[in-house]
Amino acid sequence: MAIKSQPRVRVPAQAKAGEIIEIKTLISHEMESGQRKDAAGKTVPRDIINTFQAAFNGKPFFTAEWFPSISANPYQSFFFRAKESGEFTFTWKDDAGAEQKASAKLTVA
Amino acid sequence: MPLHLDATLVPTRRRALKLAGLATLAAVLAPRMALATEAQVADEIKKLFSGKAMGEGKIKLDLPEIAENGLVVPINLDVESPMTEADFVKSVHVFADGNPLPQVLTYRFTPESGKASASARMRLAQTQNVIAVAEMSNGQLYSAKAQVKVTIGGCGG
Amino acid sequence: MISRRDFLSAGTALAGLLAASGTGLAQAVGGQSLTQADLLKFGKSGTFTLLHVTDIHAQLVPLYFREPSTNLGVGDARGVPPHLTDVAFLNYFGLKPGTRDAYSLTSEDFTQLARTYGRMGGVDRIAALVKAIRAERGADKVLLLDGGDGLQGSWSSLKTQGEDMVKVFTALGLDAMVGHWEFTYGADRVTEIKEKAPFAFLAQNVRSTEWQEPVFDAAKTFEKGGAKIAVIGQAFPRTPIANPRWMIPDWEFGIREEEMQKQVDAARAGGADAVVVLSHNGFDVDRKMASRVSGIDVILTAHTHDAMPRVVEVGKTLLVATGSHGKFLSRLDLDVKDRKVTGYRFQLIPVFSDVIAPDPDMAKLVADIRAPYAKDLARELGRADSLLYRRGNFNGTFDDMICDAIMKERDAEIALSPGFRWGGTLLPGDPITFDAVANATAITYPACYRTTMTGKQLKEVLEDVADNIFHPDPYFQGGGDMVRVGGVGYAIDVSQGAGQRISDLTLLKTGKPLEADKTYTVAGWASIAQNVEGPPVWELVERYVTDAKTVKIAPNASVKVTGA
Repeated sequence: MAIKSQPRVRVPAQAKAGEIIEIKTLISHEMESGQRKDAAGKTVPRDIINTFQAAFNGKPFFTAEWFPSISANPYQSFFFRAKESGEFTFTWKDDAGAEQKASAKLTVA
Repeated sequence: MPLHLDATLVPTRRRALKLAGLATLAAVLAPRMALATEAQVADEIKKLFSGKAMGEGKIKLDLPEIAENGLVVPINLDVESPMTEADFVKSVHVFADGNPLPQVLTYRFTPESGKASASARMRLAQTQNVIAVAEMSNGQLYSAKAQVKVTIGGCGG
Repeated sequence: MISRRDFLSAGTALAGLLAASGTGLAQAVGGQSLTQADLLKFGKSGTFTLLHVTDIHAQLVPLYFREPSTNLGVGDARGVPPHLTDVAFLNYFGLKPGTRDAYSLTSEDFTQLARTYGRMGGVDRIAALVKAIRAERGADKVLLLDGGDGLQGSWSSLKTQGEDMVKVFTALGLDAMVGHWEFTYGADRVTEIKEKAPFAFLAQNVRSTEWQEPVFDAAKTFEKGGAKIAVIGQAFPRTPIANPRWMIPDWEFGIREEEMQKQVDAARAGGADAVVVLSHNGFDVDRKMASRVSGIDVILTAHTHDAMPRVVEVGKTLLVATGSHGKFLSRLDLDVKDRKVTGYRFQLIPVFSDVIAPDPDMAKLVADIRAPYAKDLARELGRADSLLYRRGNFNGTFDDMICDAIMKERDAEIALSPGFRWGGTLLPGDPITFDAVANATAITYPACYRTTMTGKQLKEVLEDVADNIFHPDPYFQGGGDMVRVGGVGYAIDVSQGAGQRISDLTLLKTGKPLEADKTYTVAGWASIAQNVEGPPVWELVERYVTDAKTVKIAPNASVKVTGA
């Protein structure tokens, strides 16, 4: 299974060696808290993205664990110290174990 | 109690309150469910970190004083650290002590992060404290707290 | 940078400072014989001249505007300017009762003094003063700034979405503005103004909700009198809370104090000789910000409509309060030496409409702007039989009239009316024209809803709004004055904390306490919710006044205030 929505990522394409760059990510998701009741009074079951991970050249460097208090369409920004050229992989994982991935290349001059 | 709920989230019976500027986000997040109290959450946090002492400072917790939208409250945190192999921030845990489920997020940093800084958006059911606990690579803990007011707004100025 | 000693030894000396401070000017000249030249008298010119107007609320023509008789400060702001009224205000600033100063700055003897000294403001009068100062100084030494809430507050501004005032500001040669009520025209319209107007629309504190990126230019640098002046804009930080967020759904606001510090530092690093913050924070927020952000020379304050004849110094920062509705034009001359501000002279210039010869070009522009609406504006609905005013923390007679109209026309037990600070004043005997009603109601979300609420819910509303006014930390305050209530009385202890201030809610009709679980019919306007149904409030007020013919409102005694 996969998370249907396409994530969006903002990463600078280039950086200087040693430069700390900011990475911004967004993904569309209801983040159903499991605390809400529908019109019939039935609890809407929890369905959230619970983990986000960022890796560079296959090595994870930042992980966020999200709980039901995280807003719908979760936004996450964080930082990375650029050393060498390579590729970022970003992974979102939901309660059912489904995943969505995005990637971005970085050139270090 | 924010006025700014999406219409789709607000049952019609709350419409009157919404008009007058009163609608409870708590009702959306947790119908008929008790919200956590400050003391309960403080206790839970203590247990989670085995009662270890927590220092002050180091964490800069940047939150709006007043939420513009209780469903989307920006949180920006920054922990002071050289972020070297020898000395870095391992994790940061964020709690909201007035939400039905107080745990908000956990970040796990590495020296490759460059700086222990991140931003996200969270839901706040009512006026409450947001608490961040940072764990350093040497096991030391630091905490910071900030209040966010969730209001019905209106009255222009 | 600036120290008191610098000022005293800067050549102007204390005597010059006082003479140029506006204090006692009118007294020295004598009530009746004031001339335009007297208003323009100023001490020694500075390297450049800052002119500040703010919160004009689209008042094109002169009007009466009564300053508040209740303007409570809490926390650090308790009992200090601008939270002084009437005799306390006069005493603090060394002014005498009965003078033009007392008339323009306080509510003391308002009706009588208004009859003596006449209406104030009018953009044609402001234009005359600005032109004269530019002529005196040279246009290359004068910077004209607007602190926001200029584009909203009248029928013509509502009908043109602020284009009337864009034309006025263009004709005035405005250099930059900031925003608050402007945002109630919606994001598209504000973007259009930002892109088309010949002046800058600045805001360092607005971000896109999606990626947290700046929406407006944060600052602009001007060269005047050979000095580089960085002007940093600050929009009203609580706009999406105090006004409908759905009109600007993709923008986030906030005070963003750290970002302000970054802007100030960047301005200094970029070679600015003077850093000016054009702010719509409100005075108490600016006072706190001045104590926490370093390197600001001047904050031109707005939003809270305070007018003060002297600047307030917070550390090395000067705070200017120019009032509202076009009643005042502030002139601040700064001396710049070795890339620093070394001295200043300030004058709050009262815009007495009977003393100033209108600028003919601007007078024509105003006539052209109002012409399409002339019939509506002139329509006389009835007469005021008592002073009708709005400004004050808890109630005003104009709002009492609106509440009465709402209760009658919507058949409600209780009326709620927002605590806006804007809207003109009518003297006893004055006609109540549609123009005057629009001046107190012309907003883009005027629907008058009708609903039911329990006593408990009403109390929660009052508590919540009270906390937005009386939270001891100004950074936690937002919006305007207290929501006005009709049909209900209450007691408020402003010294208490959130949820603890309001008590003794009483239904005035029966004299009985409001019951927590009982349901009451409530009607009100200016809800910030989307898709609100109901007629525009001005229609109700028009019907009410037309039926009543004369409106006499006794001073409101149903709100009991303690803890001040």
